[in-house]
Amino acid sequence: MKEIDELNLPDDIRYAEDHEWARLEGNKVTVGLDDYAQDQLGDIVFVELPRVGDTFKQSEEFTTVESVKAVCECYLPVGGEIIAVNSELEESPELMNESPYDKGWMVEVNPTDPSEMESLMTNVQCLEKLKGAK
Amino acid sequence: MKESLGTTGLILNEPLLWEKGKKGRSGFSLPRRDVESCPLAPELTGEGPDFPDLSEVDVVRHYTRLSQWNFGVDTGMYPLGSCTMKYSPKTNETQAGRPGFTGAHPLLPAGLCQGILRMMFELELYLAEITGMDAATLQPAAGAHGELAGMLLIHGFHRKKGNKRSKIIVPDTAHGTNPASVALCGYRPVPVKSNEQGILSVEAIFDVMDDDTAGIMITNPNTLGLFEENSRKIAEVIHGRGGLVYCDGANMNAVMGVVKMGAIGVDVMHLNLHKTFSTPHGGGGPGSGPVCVKKHLEPFLPVPRVVEENGRYVLSDDYPESIGKLQAFHGSVGVIIKAYSYIRSMGPENLKKASQLAVLNANYIKERLKGVLHLAYDRPCMHECVFSDKHQIDDHITTLDMAKRLMDYGFHPPTVYFPLVVDGAIMMEPTETESKEELDQYIEALKAIVNEAKDDPNLLHGAPNKCKVKRLDETLAARKPCLAG
Repeated sequence: MKEIDELNLPDDIRYAEDHEWARLEGNKVTVGLDDYAQDQLGDIVFVELPRVGDTFKQSEEFTTVESVKAVCECYLPVGGEIIAVNSELEESPELMNESPYDKGWMVEVNPTDPSEMESLMTNVQCLEKLKGAK
Repeated sequence: MKESLGTTGLILNEPLLWEKGKKGRSGFSLPRRDVESCPLAPELTGEGPDFPDLSEVDVVRHYTRLSQWNFGVDTGMYPLGSCTMKYSPKTNETQAGRPGFTGAHPLLPAGLCQGILRMMFELELYLAEITGMDAATLQPAAGAHGELAGMLLIHGFHRKKGNKRSKIIVPDTAHGTNPASVALCGYRPVPVKSNEQGILSVEAIFDVMDDDTAGIMITNPNTLGLFEENSRKIAEVIHGRGGLVYCDGANMNAVMGVVKMGAIGVDVMHLNLHKTFSTPHGGGGPGSGPVCVKKHLEPFLPVPRVVEENGRYVLSDDYPESIGKLQAFHGSVGVIIKAYSYIRSMGPENLKKASQLAVLNANYIKERLKGVLHLAYDRPCMHECVFSDKHQIDDHITTLDMAKRLMDYGFHPPTVYFPLVVDGAIMMEPTETESKEELDQYIEALKAIVNEAKDDPNLLHGAPNKCKVKRLDETLAARKPCLAG
């Protein structure tokens, strides 16, 4: 597993407590799992995606991800309606390991309240939290 | 250490049966026909099923070779935590193989199968006695089936009282099947965290128990191999708000003849005959998960029940509040006979001793290995102990690597990455049937592996090196499963 200073935590996205990331572009938020989460989970083998049109509140469980080690629930970092899902993950869940911030995105959300982004951590805060937990 | 158990030998490859044989080859000869031939009805003719054409020796060698690839409790120590892989005594097979048992059809009238009915009747009494409960059903086909039966019994109890309750409390140290059984029965599982000692605190239960909660499912001893010391007080909290207590008794091997579950507030529990009562499992035969209840849940037990009337045994459906049938017939009867054989062979004193030795063996391993591997909870354990790979992180060696390497030393690996509350968990359950010499050899093997992790980590990364099948690509198997031959 990676050391904390080996983690890739880009500064153009926000991070939730459970290591989902959120990227706001216009009126759309893209969501995935961050480098720490994919590294801790190990090889991801199955992703159960929600349906387009489903709506969730902030921090509500929206999907489960299965790796060789464990099954874990993922919580939506900002509430809203699912407007797209990354169906590539059904055939190639490894994209979440190989490209967590790009090809491994999970869903796109039309946020109910875009200001919820402000409640999420920056990459610096996320890193500090990880160091504190170590 | 003494010479390693694990060695290499000649193992033969073997294709699928369909890839063997030759058209027209056969394993038997039919006698010469001595009656007139008679055409079959058209619906009985046509292409037969796709069976391979094989001689007897083809078939015998096929299965003998496959059996030589295998590892089981008859081969060596199998410390698979949470599974109680104790040795299955051969007398169990002898008893279950008696013609009176094997020849009995489940639809025989009671008058023609008094022996089987009496055996079932007595086994229910024994299981109730061992657990300190009042009655039992042998119908559930496995542990999780027993859990579902237990949830249905709890539901039956509340329905009769007119209670509409929707939740069941399930601690994080419960078996993973517990919340699934809760949900399958239509309840909502409410998770509760165990405390820093690895057990449940009364306060945590007090905080979540309410009038909408039907009960709690406690695995005791829990999945960390620890006894839930606060069970009695937790039961008081649950009962005080009108709920019931379910005990997952899969770990009963630690406390037979020591703890009367019925006396510490348990209302309903299941047992795994294929764990605690020595019947074969893990490919060796179906499971069996009898459920034991206290008096107030007895009216809800599944039907038909075996009852005694003037020294005769009959099947009765006359229980109007019963949750109904859980099986087409009466449970895994072949397995039930083996458990009966085990209990009768052991007797009460030896069942208790089995549990005491199971706990002693686990504590011996825990003490001898605690400086070697990281011990998750440093306190006396029950029948199993949980370590982790924390000390090996700097060597970049994981639990999986050590488990795989253990095969090269001739041992079945322990349970890994479970329970989930311990990162990189390695869970060992030696059971009472391993001798001290066997345990010592196992401990030495693990010590050697921990040294290899420092000196020659590649040995572990590539392990197993001596097995017929080397390290499997578990990721590929999960991502691109090949589900047909």
